[in-house]
Amino acid sequence: MTSSTLIKSFDRAKEHNRAALLTYTVGGDPDKKTSLNIFKSIAKSGVDIIECGLGHGANIGDGGAIQDSTYRALSSGIKTDDIFEIIEEFKKDYETDVIIMTYQNKIMAYGEDDFLEKCVNSKVSGIICVDWPWPLNLDFAKKCKENSIVFIQLLCPTTNEERLKSILSDAHEVVYYISMLSTTGQKLKVSSDEIKKRFNLIKKISPNKKCIIGFGITADTINDFKDTDACVVGSALCREITRSIDEELNPATNVGNMVADLKQKLSS
Amino acid sequence: MKLEKGTPLIDQHDENGYWGGKFGGNQIAESLNYPIEELTREFEKLRNDETFIAERDYYFKNFVGAPTPFIKLENLTKHLGGAQIYCKLVSKATGGAHKAYNAVVHSLICKRLGKTYIGGDTGAGYAGKMLSMAAAKFNLKCKIFMGAKDVERQSINVFSMRSYGAEVVPVNSGSQTLVDAVSECMRWWTSENEEAHMCVGSTVGPTIFVKICAWSTAQISREMKKQVIDEFGEVPKDMKLINCVGGGSSAAGFWNEWIDYDNVELIGVEAGGPEGSSKHAAPLTNDSPIGVLHGATQYVIQDDQGEIEETESISAGLDYPGVSPLHCFLKETGRARYTSASDEEAIEAFQLVSKNEGFVSPSLEPSHAFAEAIKIAPKLNKDTIIVVDSCGDSAKDSKIIAERLGYKI
Repeated sequence: MTSSTLIKSFDRAKEHNRAALLTYTVGGDPDKKTSLNIFKSIAKSGVDIIECGLGHGANIGDGGAIQDSTYRALSSGIKTDDIFEIIEEFKKDYETDVIIMTYQNKIMAYGEDDFLEKCVNSKVSGIICVDWPWPLNLDFAKKCKENSIVFIQLLCPTTNEERLKSILSDAHEVVYYISMLSTTGQKLKVSSDEIKKRFNLIKKISPNKKCIIGFGITADTINDFKDTDACVVGSALCREITRSIDEELNPATNVGNMVADLKQKLSS
Repeated sequence: MKLEKGTPLIDQHDENGYWGGKFGGNQIAESLNYPIEELTREFEKLRNDETFIAERDYYFKNFVGAPTPFIKLENLTKHLGGAQIYCKLVSKATGGAHKAYNAVVHSLICKRLGKTYIGGDTGAGYAGKMLSMAAAKFNLKCKIFMGAKDVERQSINVFSMRSYGAEVVPVNSGSQTLVDAVSECMRWWTSENEEAHMCVGSTVGPTIFVKICAWSTAQISREMKKQVIDEFGEVPKDMKLINCVGGGSSAAGFWNEWIDYDNVELIGVEAGGPEGSSKHAAPLTNDSPIGVLHGATQYVIQDDQGEIEETESISAGLDYPGVSPLHCFLKETGRARYTSASDEEAIEAFQLVSKNEGFVSPSLEPSHAFAEAIKIAPKLNKDTIIVVDSCGDSAKDSKIIAERLGYKI
């Protein structure tokens, strides 16, 4: 039952008085083998949940760093099946939960049911679909639930309270709060306190739902979110992959080191 | 899937924004939900606001130059020897194309929203040129996203945009054409929507953008309907309206008033690309799979992984892998027929029309529509009226056409 292991990942972090750490990297970046090594390295560095991007070329939500990663993965011929294979291979050795973050056309092209079957077989715990907003996603979310996969609804600063309540009422155990109006990887343009205020509102409405905070979080600000449920770092890691490739260094080692540092900052 | 008579095409969507329960919608990130709701509320209010309509009409008439001419192409008709060929010379609109209508309306909406910054995408450069023109007039700061490849091949329009004070942002991702420009523009709006308004340059994108654009270009058929009745005394019994289709904004406007007239055939011509090449920009003609692109469900040229495939057309304005949900709906209901013309056929059509008519010299986009008219006219008799929307002027394409024909300019 993948959804229950996902909840446990949040609870384990809470037992250590910190938020869960999530990383986002694009599956297959820069190639299948290296990507798997990156996941393993991240897991060894103590990440709680891995977000694996199933990138789409014509996305409308990714910032520059993630676009570069997506471009590299697609250029190396990565297909949706390759992403499932990477995850399946990873899950043979690691218990770390894996969430897929993608765009609707990737799921549509694969076929919703086939996609979910593959998610189950490769032990994917959750799905985030950036351009499939509530309430249009409810039928698919229901199918996810039937397969014990958490469909993670998105919330943002301009989601008004009425909509927030409706989304939360339909949401599964986990939601994702987009901390600011931007694409991924831009400089944090709102204060950590403002983000936490919004986080607290979400928790007030739905105390039992786990809320992931994402967008704009870096090593400099991560400690501010220590007492929340979870936070994601993505673009900084994708940039580290780019830098490692450019300087002919090992991306898995470097990204792993970065994650260890983030974990330490989140725990201190 | 059925059309409803008496209801404007743009309003024939369901509560989730889908035409025929299937095409269009708002498949967007949550961060765009609020600005889209805000824009939807504002537009629904403004379209019923007489002051706003008067303002729109004032600018359409005095700045854009409506109505544009409706003329008979006597020489071409004689040359082809079949149906009578007419032309709606939309290229006479200020700036040389229909894009001015959408640009003016979006600029007026932007002001009503209390915003001072507008951004938009462009392919051939027309949408960007008209938006920067309107932005200058209405004192709006303007940013135009354009694929780097298009910046290169449509340099004349890029020069115009910069002259009007717009910032032109070349987009280097993906195929560096319109598809990437639209993606980048939407990303920009995701970040800037509290202060800025976005103008989508065609009848694509989330539902509200499809509606605003088609509502704006509907000026073309509104004025043409009067011109047709002035010319023939009534709506001809057999009339065919031929329009090129890229995103589909021109055709949507050209057809809008005629949807309920069963005796008026609607023919859309997509870009078939180079002869002998498997690449094209004709998702309707070639039955491309249905997918989600730029926030809407539509027929879209893509591979089995859902990745958008590169398109190819000599015409930058038609070089788009998707197509308006309105046209998907018109195709599915059987109301319009879609076909394609190759690069070569478009060039030949440009030559034939220019040589015969002089005053009418279509850009590469409407040359595709003329190619279809040239194909079918000789098989029809003089009781059939063919009207082609010449929605762009060849001036912007002179470099491309000259090179193709072996001239040095």
